[in-house]
Amino acid sequence: MSLLDSHLELDSQVALRPEPFGALAYHYGNRKLIFLKHPDVVRVVRELDGVTRLADVLRRCEIDERRWPSFESALSSLTESEMLHEHQVAPG
Amino acid sequence: MSTKSHLVEQLKGGLDAPICLTWELTYACNLECVHCLSSSGRRDPRELTTDEAKAVLDELHDLQVFYINIGGGEPMIRRDFFELLEYSIGRGIGVKFSTNGAFVDADKARRLAAMDYLDIQISLDGTDAVTNDAVRGEGSYDTAIRAMQHLRDAGFGEFKISVVVTRHNVDQLDEFKALADSFGAQLRITRLRPSGRGADSWHDLHPTNIQQRQIYEWLLAHGDNVLTGDSFFHLNALGEEPLPGLNMCGAGRVVCLIDPIGDVYACPFVIHDEFKAGSVRDDGGFSHIWKHSELFTELREPQSAGACASCGSYDACQGGCMAAKFFVGIPLDGPDPECVGGHGEAAILAASATERPRPMMDHSKPVRVSTPERVPVTLGRR
Amino acid sequence: MDETAVATETDVEASEELLEEELLVEEISIDGMCGVY
Repeated sequence: MSLLDSHLELDSQVALRPEPFGALAYHYGNRKLIFLKHPDVVRVVRELDGVTRLADVLRRCEIDERRWPSFESALSSLTESEMLHEHQVAPG
Repeated sequence: MSTKSHLVEQLKGGLDAPICLTWELTYACNLECVHCLSSSGRRDPRELTTDEAKAVLDELHDLQVFYINIGGGEPMIRRDFFELLEYSIGRGIGVKFSTNGAFVDADKARRLAAMDYLDIQISLDGTDAVTNDAVRGEGSYDTAIRAMQHLRDAGFGEFKISVVVTRHNVDQLDEFKALADSFGAQLRITRLRPSGRGADSWHDLHPTNIQQRQIYEWLLAHGDNVLTGDSFFHLNALGEEPLPGLNMCGAGRVVCLIDPIGDVYACPFVIHDEFKAGSVRDDGGFSHIWKHSELFTELREPQSAGACASCGSYDACQGGCMAAKFFVGIPLDGPDPECVGGHGEAAILAASATERPRPMMDHSKPVRVSTPERVPVTLGRR
Repeated sequence: MDETAVATETDVEASEELLEEELLVEEISIDGMCGVY
């Protein structure tokens, strides 16, 4: 599944601290610290609700489609670091 | 300019809150390591009370500090140690504490293993008792290993083993890695600074130029899962490949120190009035100091390269470490005493002719000697 | 004159910047800051 079709959401163990350059993201569980280096990527991360497709989130945040590859890379990194994950449907 | 250095330039200008910080809970210690950066040994009667400590933690929570590094002296000596650990974690501040392991018995190990958002760092400076105890005192190697065994047996998970690299243990890096692996622990190696009691032993203990290259190359070859606290960035001038980390001095910019009596310093390696930003007991507490103190404001201004301006390596090494220069008696705009380009040698010689800065406080235990007439005399360590 | 006909130099530069790959995130170890125990 392409990342653009995924329903990403922020992990519950992640704290986002706003900074002039964007934000700091810290995962309390795995101690990873990631700098979100642009306010636009912070906006996008805050909009992730686990329900909306990423492509639609990017559109909603008015991110120019020419920048989508950069955003996919960034969100892919965040997913690898366990800061974001595909929304998990509760069993039963 | 690469995107990484663009971010670093922003961080040099400081943030509204530290990213993490070191907090020495007490100057009391059961050991007397020769290189102790805080000259610890005896408790200071002005130590922060439990309530004062909790108030600081409340401030750190409000600032959204994610993680603190607790040390000392030996932090587990404080009677409220667990109370403060639990309070910090309860307020959403993760904790790593640094210990010599003397108080990590089987029972405490189990208690620590049950806690979440907690990391432990056991100090060790040699892979055998002879090497380690020469620096940390007789029996300290056994104590550390026992603590590690208790943590392993209690199922604590991955703890850290933290080593100060010296002339005498630099050949043991592979053994340190093997020791860490044997415990399922993570190795951390850090730079010796001439701070605290370290000022006296630095000339004999600090790695030689050849050994510095050895450290750099070892880190590049084997340092994948090895932490360094970003303390070796001065070695980046040795090659093309920078070591992992921000590679910048974080003092007063992204980190700082809170000492046992509530004084705030730029970092744990500069416990000296010259680098004191204020006290958490002042009006406005820690937040005011972090955001508005004269010292931190100054450190966040663009720093001049000084004597290093004409050196091609400055971008890589950033002129080295303030603490290393200061306590050796080199001006802050001079070269690092361990400059890999060899520019530190002349600076060290020039410095020895003048007075080296001495710490304002010394919590070392007094040394007792007997005179031939068997009259015990108590001398201070300085 | 058609106001939209001529793109200014800065408009061209700005859109070129957008097309370049931006590094939007960067991981640093929580231990990767000097001045910590």
